[in-house]
Amino acid sequence: MENVMSINQGSEFKKGLHAGISIAIGYVPVALTFGLLAKTTGLSIGETVMMSMIVFAGASQYMSLSLIALGTGIVEIILTTFIVNIRHFLMAASLNEKVEFDRVINRIVYSFGITDETFSVAATQPGKLSTGYMFGLNLIAYASWVMGSGIGFAIGAGLPATLQQSMSIALYAMFIGLLVPSMKQGVKVIFLAALAACFNSVFTMTEWLSTGWAIVAATLLSAVLVELIEIMKKKGKVSGVE
Amino acid sequence: MIIGMGIVTFIPRMLPFIMFRGKELPPFLQGVLKNVPYATLGALIFPAVLYIQEDIWYGVIGALAAFVVAFLGANVIVVVMGSIAVLSAYSLFF
Repeated sequence: MENVMSINQGSEFKKGLHAGISIAIGYVPVALTFGLLAKTTGLSIGETVMMSMIVFAGASQYMSLSLIALGTGIVEIILTTFIVNIRHFLMAASLNEKVEFDRVINRIVYSFGITDETFSVAATQPGKLSTGYMFGLNLIAYASWVMGSGIGFAIGAGLPATLQQSMSIALYAMFIGLLVPSMKQGVKVIFLAALAACFNSVFTMTEWLSTGWAIVAATLLSAVLVELIEIMKKKGKVSGVE
Repeated sequence: MIIGMGIVTFIPRMLPFIMFRGKELPPFLQGVLKNVPYATLGALIFPAVLYIQEDIWYGVIGALAAFVVAFLGANVIVVVMGSIAVLSAYSLFF
């Protein structure tokens, strides 16, 4: 029995690794550039790799570099990081509903690897998510991010300019590649995504909210609105029958 | 500083798994959380995809290419590769 379980988890782990390949590809140009920028900002290679290992959050790491360059204080940098990454609370809460039951310690360990990208891949997967899958997915993304940062620092260069440019689409292409098959399932998905995109555009373009908060607000607003509409529709049907 | 950044990043990622452990959330909240992935994807893609390069067409063409390839039913990796290929061709010619 024990054996069957571990074999199962093993193949789930591989499934996770496989699902994370497009993330790993997408992280390469971003991580190389981070390494390069960290070097020009004056961080050591140890600090650069440590930051990628300990923080593992692209947007806030980039932001910290520009804040360091500006001579901003430590407390402010940490606070900014918190604000930028608070959106992961929403994502983690959503994933918590989707993962299979397991010991809390395993969940805490793989929750460390939740990023916009790993979340998107995991959450669009059909059915429940196993612990093995989550570990595989997050590990390949993590490895790509950490190694990419180190390599970017060491060689002091990104990819050739043209490739770097065209690869900047990679993560967005992945988001689109995850969203489109779900869109075919129904109007609700299209509506959710379009609504959130509109809200987010309004929030960021009018500069009401910073990027981190704009994503949180746009996501929450559209998720709640669509749910309310759905409930009203159901009620309407019921009272119609009466 | 790095450790501080790590802690404040980890807390929001980990907290829901402890807070909501083994709890049945109210159906309304469950519904909202089920909607979150698709709303997040919409907000992550747009408008940020327009600003990946100074040339706004870069994002537009890349996103369109990805959409077409994905619509044809291709695997996510093929979508990523396809849109990188299309943009490589675009930057060769323009």
